Amino acid sequence: MTVKEMAQTLGLKVLAGEGGLEKKIIGGYTSDLLSDVMGYADAGYVWITLQTHKNVMAIASLKELAAVVLVKGFEPDADTVELAEQEDIPILSTTEQAFELSGRLYRLLHP
Amino acid sequence: MDLTFQIQGGDFTSAGTASSEVRRTLKELGVDASVIKRVVVALYEAEVNIVAHAYKGEIMAQISPEQVFLRLTDQGPGIPDIEKAMTPGYSTASQEVREMGFGAGMGLPNICRNADVFNIHSVPDKGTTVEITIQIN
Repeated sequence: MTVKEMAQTLGLKVLAGEGGLEKKIIGGYTSDLLSDVMGYADAGYVWITLQTHKNVMAIASLKELAAVVLVKGFEPDADTVELAEQEDIPILSTTEQAFELSGRLYRLLHP
Repeated sequence: MDLTFQIQGGDFTSAGTASSEVRRTLKELGVDASVIKRVVVALYEAEVNIVAHAYKGEIMAQISPEQVFLRLTDQGPGIPDIEKAMTPGYSTASQEVREMGFGAGMGLPNICRNADVFNIHSVPDKGTTVEITIQIN
């Protein structure tokens, strides 16, 4: 499944990094602790979080994550958006909480 | 090949720049992806530790066909009790740093898990030196 297909199916808004919408998703990771994601997420994962600062994209890039989804309507900082565009890593947005979105993404990836 | 980077304490907007450069170099050299992943995790954590705790620091990355050797030296408060600092979940990070999602007490454990050899030496009120070796084969 691509990031674009996930966004369409789960009704996520694309906020930045449209150049990366064709990236393939192989899993997901839900955490607001950066070292947790750094240590345990893997390439091709979607990162579900409420962190909005630039370091999120630095980690997404270093770990080759497929996309970042911000929950509860959180908006990315301006320099976060800039880095997402530069690295072609999509930032998506939902008004749902992390628990709900994680559940829906899990069912989508493991039908 | 040797790479050197200067790190400024407190500069979170640049955190990860050195890790990103080293990753790019290792990719260009055709180093195995699983090795690069381990280097990236260990180096990023050590780099962020300088940004979060020290006044300034230097990163030296030495890449040979056999191994990646990283030495991070900082001028900062040092670590009075290294054993405690190595305990998962223990952190002395400020509230501000924690709100960003750093300071979960996972940094040093992450480095340890990904390094083949890990040395840490610290002098309180002077600074800390971390050495990480990751074998390529």
